[in-house]
Amino acid sequence: MPDQVGLELIATELGVVVPGSVRETSFFRGQASVWVEPAHVRAVLGALRERHGYRMLMSVHGVDYYPEEPRLGVHYELLDMARVDRIAVKLRVPLDQPQVESVTPDWPTANHQEREIYDMFGVVFDGHPDLRRILMPEDYEGHPQRRDFPLGGEPVLFTHNDPSSPGWTR
Amino acid sequence: MAVAREPLGSPDSFRARQLLARDLLRGDLAGLELERAVEQSVLTTTLEKAVDWARSNSLFPATFGLACCAIEMMSIVAARVDVARFGFEAFRASPRQADLLILSGRVSIKMAPVVRRIYDQMLEPKWAIAMGACSSSMGVFNNYAIVPADKFMPVDVHVPGCPPRPEALMHGILKLRKMIQDDPDLGWRERYGAVGTEEVRSGVDPSPEPAGA
Repeated sequence: MPDQVGLELIATELGVVVPGSVRETSFFRGQASVWVEPAHVRAVLGALRERHGYRMLMSVHGVDYYPEEPRLGVHYELLDMARVDRIAVKLRVPLDQPQVESVTPDWPTANHQEREIYDMFGVVFDGHPDLRRILMPEDYEGHPQRRDFPLGGEPVLFTHNDPSSPGWTR
Repeated sequence: MAVAREPLGSPDSFRARQLLARDLLRGDLAGLELERAVEQSVLTTTLEKAVDWARSNSLFPATFGLACCAIEMMSIVAARVDVARFGFEAFRASPRQADLLILSGRVSIKMAPVVRRIYDQMLEPKWAIAMGACSSSMGVFNNYAIVPADKFMPVDVHVPGCPPRPEALMHGILKLRKMIQDDPDLGWRERYGAVGTEEVRSGVDPSPEPAGA
């Protein structure tokens, strides 16, 4: 991990190489994160790969920050395999405009992960070659990992919700 | 070693019946003796009962595992709980050859059409067991992604448990065997509103193929 000073140096340089890309930085429990603008994420990841050696995209995550605004988030975890050094790139998009630039052309591993985030959270990745649902059926409505999505399922009669139960387990 | 030869005892002893059967096959018996021998050795039943007995004692389950319950389902054919004792060990790899579908695990809403197609491909008479909590009532996966088996196909026996022990599944299969012996239809077409979907109906000629089809 870069330390806090190293993170600030990287963020400052990113702001110069990709103007207007860095929103803020955060350093929490040893994890360095750069918060970026959604439209510049591909350029930021490219700069981190070319200039700082973070050559491997470990994972892409979706987050729902409900009830905070903007709600949806995407996290990119980068790894420098030579130095065994990690950095996180994060961004936030609002629900009514969930467009994020796709990084799949540069990082093929992001293909299925971006599809999963689209499936589960409804984040739309511009420039993705094949943005379809990956886990849920094609005709499914809604994005089930959003926090305001109903849990679904069937009501099951247990002792705690059985009206005829004598209440021994309450 | 000396061979113990017992004197011929009562006419019900095993040796006596053996000798009687030999004489019967040779054609040495006649008259009242013959009638008595036939009465003793012939069992009468109806054809339907015989067929039900044969069907219920040789169910062929489909080789079809869905989740962790499938591990328990596999172990019922292994040495400890040897279901081959009852004649259910022939897991067929094709639904066309199987007449029992064991839903061993959770069925997601994306898998449900596949399961339904496998069930539809099985030839009648066919039966289904929902094994475990997930395929019966969705169990711990009671959420947006899972669907209970009763929603998309007829189920004859539900085996509870998470997962059920192999003995429990075997108990369910034996219950199903008893149900088949009593009534092989089990009335699922009435229960699920599927009257008229029979592939073969007795006494009704199949409609002729339309010309040019």
